[in-house]
Amino acid sequence: MYVAVKGGERAIDAAHEWLAEERRGDPKVPELSLAQIREQMSLAVNRVMAEGSLYDPDLAALAIKQARGDLIEAIFLIRAYRTTLPRIGHSRPVETSDMRCDRRISATFKDAPGGQVLGPTFDYTHRLLDFELAAEGAAPVAQTGEPQQASTPRITDFLNRDGLIQDEAHGDATPPDMTRQPMEYPADRPLRLQALTRGDEGFVLGMAYSTQRGYGRNHPFVGELRIGAVEVEMEIPELGFDICIGEVTLTECETVNQFMGSKTEPAQFTRGYGLVFGQTERKAISMALVDRALRWQELGEENVGAPAQDEEFVLAHSDNIQATGFLEHIKLPHYVDFQSELELVRKMRRGAQGSMKEAAE
Amino acid sequence: MNVTEVGIEARQRWMGLLARAPSARLAALFEAAGEAPAHDWLRVPETGGVMLRGRAGGTGAAFNMGEMTVTRCALRLESGEVGHGYVQGRDKAHAERAALVDALMQGPRASAMRAAVIEPLAEAEAASRRERAAKAAATKVEFFTMVRGED
Repeated sequence: MYVAVKGGERAIDAAHEWLAEERRGDPKVPELSLAQIREQMSLAVNRVMAEGSLYDPDLAALAIKQARGDLIEAIFLIRAYRTTLPRIGHSRPVETSDMRCDRRISATFKDAPGGQVLGPTFDYTHRLLDFELAAEGAAPVAQTGEPQQASTPRITDFLNRDGLIQDEAHGDATPPDMTRQPMEYPADRPLRLQALTRGDEGFVLGMAYSTQRGYGRNHPFVGELRIGAVEVEMEIPELGFDICIGEVTLTECETVNQFMGSKTEPAQFTRGYGLVFGQTERKAISMALVDRALRWQELGEENVGAPAQDEEFVLAHSDNIQATGFLEHIKLPHYVDFQSELELVRKMRRGAQGSMKEAAE
Repeated sequence: MNVTEVGIEARQRWMGLLARAPSARLAALFEAAGEAPAHDWLRVPETGGVMLRGRAGGTGAAFNMGEMTVTRCALRLESGEVGHGYVQGRDKAHAERAALVDALMQGPRASAMRAAVIEPLAEAEAASRRERAAKAAATKVEFFTMVRGED
């Protein structure tokens, strides 16, 4: 018998009111402002923008506050908001060569033109808790040096000049957009890069790590990692020319990977690429490794059956909002589904007990 | 004076400065620059998303990265100049001020607006970029070679 059940509104209202109270915490402790989250939790804000796939630091800060610091819930809020925005258009591809770098390092060339600029990094810290931060103190002041005037040259351009690294085919084809069309496999590289840049940091990191541990190894070096601001340009149809519509901070990682060659082609390094919203270098490096692993076919490599080589496996499971939606729905009422399973198991047991009885007689 | 006379490059420069300017800073400068002129809307301010694109390997095939919020509007002054505002974020007043400045920059108040709004915005942006570049420069690694003893 199917019985429709309704109810729970009062309980749901009360649960949400309690949620609001718990979110605020002890009222004797001052409330967090969005500006405090934006300025002092900036790497959380960056992650929410990257995986929420919407660059707006104030909205990301609001989402983090509303989600009580649960970043996947915050990303969910941003994704939901994003769907309400009319699409004004698309930008010109950003010129990361013109990035005003806060940080720029190369693990392959010590004396890289433009230098090794560390920027505001956790690297070389001792990872010891700093109890001075537990007390309020004067705002720290950074040292300054003589600013560099010229834009920072790209490491892969040097390698490319001598033909030592595979060229990137320049293209102006309209890229596919997974927010507009359903995913299709096989996916081309632009579609894979879109899925990876908004993919879950933990998942992409795990996939990248698996390639380092031997599941589809491709010997990556971080040829270059840069973090900084780039201007966003867009063509305005009613004006008939391009204008700059804003500025975003991005993290870009280019890996230099194992070389290949043949009787007809001399040996060359290959590439992986990561480009992510905000200061998000763990994600950008991970993205580059997974991008490289997924290129096995076009680079004529063997499919060794590694998870990171399986684009459908990687792309279909990299989105934490799809994943959490499907995972968390199983906690919602499944009373009717379960009732039918229960009936079935009872029936099977009755049948089995009946035949056991017959066998005994 | 029309846009062709003003020059597309000059207009691109001021529109970019207006798009990137902190909203509060533009509001303060604009208010101090005199009375805002009456205008008719050609497009009331609306907030939407612009899909940002990057290139594989920085230089290769284009791909979609994710969106950013942008607010735009268009208006016409009583004197006929048409101004467009395209600004980063969701602040409609910011877009309106950007469009008003864009329109005024094409008319008789252009030099006053340049002195009171555009140049101060350009200077503030240059100063903040210089400050950040100076901090980055202080973190540049100076390698030195250890002298090896010969004995």
